[in-house]
Amino acid sequence: MGRITLEKVQKKFGEVEVIPPLDLTIEDGEFVVFVGPSGCGKSTLLRLIAGLEDVSDGEIRIDGKPATDLPPAKRGLAMVFQSYALYPHMTVRKNIAFPMKMAGMDQAEQDRRIAKAAGALNLTDYLDRRPGQLSGGQRQRVAIGRAIVREPAAFLFDEPLSNLDAALRVGMRMEISELHKSLETTMIYVTHDQVEAMTMADKIVVLRAGHIEQVGSPLELYKAPRNVFVAGFIGSPKMNLLGGSHAAAHDCTTIGIRPEHLDVVASGGTFTGRVGVAEHLGSDTFFHVHVDGIAEPMTVRAGGEVGLTHGDTIHLVPQADKVHRFDDKGLRIA
Amino acid sequence: MATQHSRAAARLMITPAVFVLLVWMLIPLCMTLYFSFADYRPMRATFEPWIGFENYGRFLTSSAFTSSIVTTLQMVGGILCITIGGGVLMALLLDQPIFGQGIVRILVIAPFFVMPTVSALVWKNMFFNVDNGLFSYAYKALGMQPFDFLSQAPLFSIIVIVAWQWLPFATLILLTAVQSLSSEQLEAAEMDGAPALSRFRHIILPHLSRAITVVILIQTIFLLSIFAEIFVTTNGAFGTRTLTYLVYQRVLESQNIGLGSAGGIIAVILANIVAIFLMRIVGKNLDT
Repeated sequence: MGRITLEKVQKKFGEVEVIPPLDLTIEDGEFVVFVGPSGCGKSTLLRLIAGLEDVSDGEIRIDGKPATDLPPAKRGLAMVFQSYALYPHMTVRKNIAFPMKMAGMDQAEQDRRIAKAAGALNLTDYLDRRPGQLSGGQRQRVAIGRAIVREPAAFLFDEPLSNLDAALRVGMRMEISELHKSLETTMIYVTHDQVEAMTMADKIVVLRAGHIEQVGSPLELYKAPRNVFVAGFIGSPKMNLLGGSHAAAHDCTTIGIRPEHLDVVASGGTFTGRVGVAEHLGSDTFFHVHVDGIAEPMTVRAGGEVGLTHGDTIHLVPQADKVHRFDDKGLRIA
Repeated sequence: MATQHSRAAARLMITPAVFVLLVWMLIPLCMTLYFSFADYRPMRATFEPWIGFENYGRFLTSSAFTSSIVTTLQMVGGILCITIGGGVLMALLLDQPIFGQGIVRILVIAPFFVMPTVSALVWKNMFFNVDNGLFSYAYKALGMQPFDFLSQAPLFSIIVIVAWQWLPFATLILLTAVQSLSSEQLEAAEMDGAPALSRFRHIILPHLSRAITVVILIQTIFLLSIFAEIFVTTNGAFGTRTLTYLVYQRVLESQNIGLGSAGGIIAVILANIVAIFLMRIVGKNLDT
């Protein structure tokens, strides 16, 4: 009921090609996250699917039916906007009822759906308030409520958590994941935050400059990034990417080693450097290590308590089977 | 101490302004009040300083008073309808990306810079004139009898003239309001299945309500004192005599300064009542 296929979809703004021809299939019930740096075209792609932007070429199908020329309202999709886009002069109840009112649904059914959505989203006590009287998290839930009541074929989220503070963001992330489990509806979620992508997605689509760099489950992307860009983008802290002689030793142009795949040893080791900034998180400690001959400091994950401080010398050995190798085009060497 | 000195200096500095305000506002008001209780007709050389509320009684009970109130309401109401309706449409049009947007916007504002007397004369002689007016030419071109606007529909004609002058003001304020509406709200409504007309009614119009009340308030205060347009076009004939114009007639045409002053005071009181009433509506609208 919510299978969306994009065939050679292309978008141009005047002469500028924002999205080169692109193919993508989103299976029914999947939680798909579009992730990429800002300006990579992920929001544009979402708006193309929503129908808020017209495709320049190609075809969009929803449940096998062509939807390319359908107006947004006819596509059966619901969208949650970054700014929530609630109607400020309407109460929460009227905000949630608006799409049903526009669809001409009868009052009893409207009330039933509002009650159900408000119950699920903890909004029952706030139904008669206006959006201006609610906190950020509550507004977010109202926006989701307005999307749920339409019972759409798929939900589209456009960076919905970027206006919330860090603690609330973690909470809402859980709630949205929970919602997806209970509704089992297709969800497409756009974010620039790879942590959100990793924690929520069934399938991640990594975009750069309108190109799809890789599609896969979070762990696939983590374990086997297809190219240098995906390797550097997925994972926090970032993967250490090294070129030159260090890469040549592995018969490639670039090697990538994740911070958790570097072991601290007493002496010797592949890399020897000076400890720079140390981030103590309690469970883990991240050291930024300055190694001679490598411009960027390397990041190393160590245990919770390591007796090393700023300026100390540190010896590192990468775990042999965890080194990612990339060729001169930036592509992964298996 | 410095603050005390500067305060004294500040008082000294604002004295001229306060003095000018007193001379220009308070003294005329006091004199009007004084004359309104007097029987003062300079042409007949009568001056009796105190006749009580006789002038007020005469002014309020005359048939001209009630008809002038009705005319004032019709005129102000008509102008408000045209400027707000037209202003909303113009604002929505000007919000669209068009070629030569800057120039179009300046042209739209232009009527506001034309003096009332001048614009009334231009309309009277270039548009409404039966023999040479543009509208007459248009009627003739369509093979119809030219319509004498100023004698057949004088009230409507004046409403058109004043509305033409005030349309830019309404457009300008409403345009800024339209521009402040977030596009995501409109997109959300579009996704929610609202066609263009519903989006206008449910999203744009409520968003504009605050700006509309401000326009109503400001325009009403200014429109209650319309004078030049009536003076230039109909001289208050054919049912275009507003309260302001009636006061003018009593003072200058009937040379009854006492009666006119009483009318002036009544007009001030009525205008204040309207202003207080409107302020409360605006205040209420600004709260939420």
